[in-house]
Amino acid sequence: MSDDLDELYQQVILDHCKGPRNFRVLEGANRKGEGYNPLCGDNYTVFLKMNGDVVEDATFQGSGCCISKASASLLTDTIKGKTKAEVKALFAKVHDMITTGAVSDEGVGKLAVFAGVHKFPARVKCAILSWHAVIAAVDGENQPVSTE
Amino acid sequence: MIDWAKLRADFPILDQQVHGHPLVYFDNAASSQKPRAVINALSHYYERDNANVHRGIHELSNRATAAFEASRERVAKFIHAKTSDEIIFTRGTTEGINLVAQSWGAKNLKPGDKILLTEMEHHSNIVPWQLIAERTGARLVYLPVTGDEGLLDLSKLNELLTREVKLFAFTHISNSLGTVNPVAELCERARKLGVTTLVDAAQSAGHLPLDVQAIGCDFLVFSGHKICGPTGIGVLWGRQEVLDAMPPYHGGGEMILTVDFFKTTYKKAPHRFEAGTPDISGVIGLHAALDYLDAIGRENIFKHDQELATYAYDQLAQLKGVRLFGPKTGRAGLVSFLLDDVHAHDVVTVADQRGVALRGGHHCNQPLMKKLGIASTARASFYFYNTRAEVDRFIEVVRGIQKFFGS
Ligand SMILES: Cc1ncc(COP(=O)(O)O)c(C=O)c1O
Repeated sequence: MSDDLDELYQQVILDHCKGPRNFRVLEGANRKGEGYNPLCGDNYTVFLKMNGDVVEDATFQGSGCCISKASASLLTDTIKGKTKAEVKALFAKVHDMITTGAVSDEGVGKLAVFAGVHKFPARVKCAILSWHAVIAAVDGENQPVSTE
Repeated sequence: MIDWAKLRADFPILDQQVHGHPLVYFDNAASSQKPRAVINALSHYYERDNANVHRGIHELSNRATAAFEASRERVAKFIHAKTSDEIIFTRGTTEGINLVAQSWGAKNLKPGDKILLTEMEHHSNIVPWQLIAERTGARLVYLPVTGDEGLLDLSKLNELLTREVKLFAFTHISNSLGTVNPVAELCERARKLGVTTLVDAAQSAGHLPLDVQAIGCDFLVFSGHKICGPTGIGVLWGRQEVLDAMPPYHGGGEMILTVDFFKTTYKKAPHRFEAGTPDISGVIGLHAALDYLDAIGRENIFKHDQELATYAYDQLAQLKGVRLFGPKTGRAGLVSFLLDDVHAHDVVTVADQRGVALRGGHHCNQPLMKKLGIASTARASFYFYNTRAEVDRFIEVVRGIQKFFGS
């Protein structure tokens, strides 16, 4: 396979897409957000348990491609323990990295594996899909989340 | 004997490397490539004859008008229309269906009426009907598809095709399943009940001989860009008596007889439905495309497409972990498939890096995908310039993808 492909589908990404972490409905969640891509029909629901401004736990459900699933998996891992402001700041950096390929000094942690996506403009949306769900959730109001 | 390799050489775009590999263009159901004859017709028009049509008295306008109307005659011949007055130029299949829905539908549909569609329709043969149903109070009903094999369930036709149905619209060839529907039979059943019919020929027009008399429909629509013609041009054919009874669609220049400040009288079809300056170069390019296709012979094209599709289907069926969609036999020139545990978009991305252009997604068939319990498929769709060697390459790439994702 070509170098670009190896960069896109890094081992960590393949690993998370085959065995996604936090892939379940979250009992006791008080926030929920949806991400839907009309282009491919992919959709994810992110469940958060927030304590004040802090994300205590995060999980997701839904279906989609390797990139979007790995992104949701790594993302729900990464935001645990972060405040709403930190989550949003991280999204800004990740968004920048995914569209330009530049990894910022501030560090995006494990999410740096998505830098290769910028060479595949049609796949940028996949990497960002679950972020939209997370942002909708942290911006939402506290309310009991139906786990039906 | 047809020299397919020689025909392929008429398509300059096919001779290129993509991501370091020879291009294998298997996205023909989305849009076909254009032969030099069509590209030349466009540049000839812009270099020699460009002017507005039906308006000028000067030489260039006369030439443009003559070429424009000659194309209408050519289209009429292409589908065996009775007269070229039955040929309306549109922007494509989508606009043709919207025109019929808005004009014919608004006049002929009322609360309690039904519009019968099938579960394999493209969004463009669903949404326009939803819009007009909302406005008129008519209801939509769907003829089911049998499942992965993708045939229309004709055993349900008696029950669904009733006298309340005012319009029955269906695709000739499914763009995601490759099913070839028995259009003449469906039209005959509808005609017996006085039901008006529309055939979506987007996937069939450039792939098999079309005869609207033999099909027996009332409307037929297709797009130029899928059949070697330019983008932005399409055709709506309607029976003359049906067209003449329809109100205008868009208002403007070209479609009027007389305009008063408060009242306008309209031309007859086709001009009644062609408001404003049309896509003149598109119409002229379409003429060149139809000449090109008929020089090959659409029956030959169909045979070639079908051979490639059958070959690809059989090769895919031999691999492990492949789910195939559409009929096992008698399919049109495309194959939709899914690999176990690999999403269609990942298939398409990796194939693209190997120079193979596929399409992945719901193919504007979301309701059908939902019914089949999937979000998307990967699709390889063929045209006469594709080769068996390209199918072999495609299969090799698919094997590589399975290995890459460890499925
Ligand atoms: C069966 C079918 N109907 C309608 C369309 C819409 O055609 P267009 O986008 O050219 O209007 C397509 C093509 O995408 C199609 O495959």
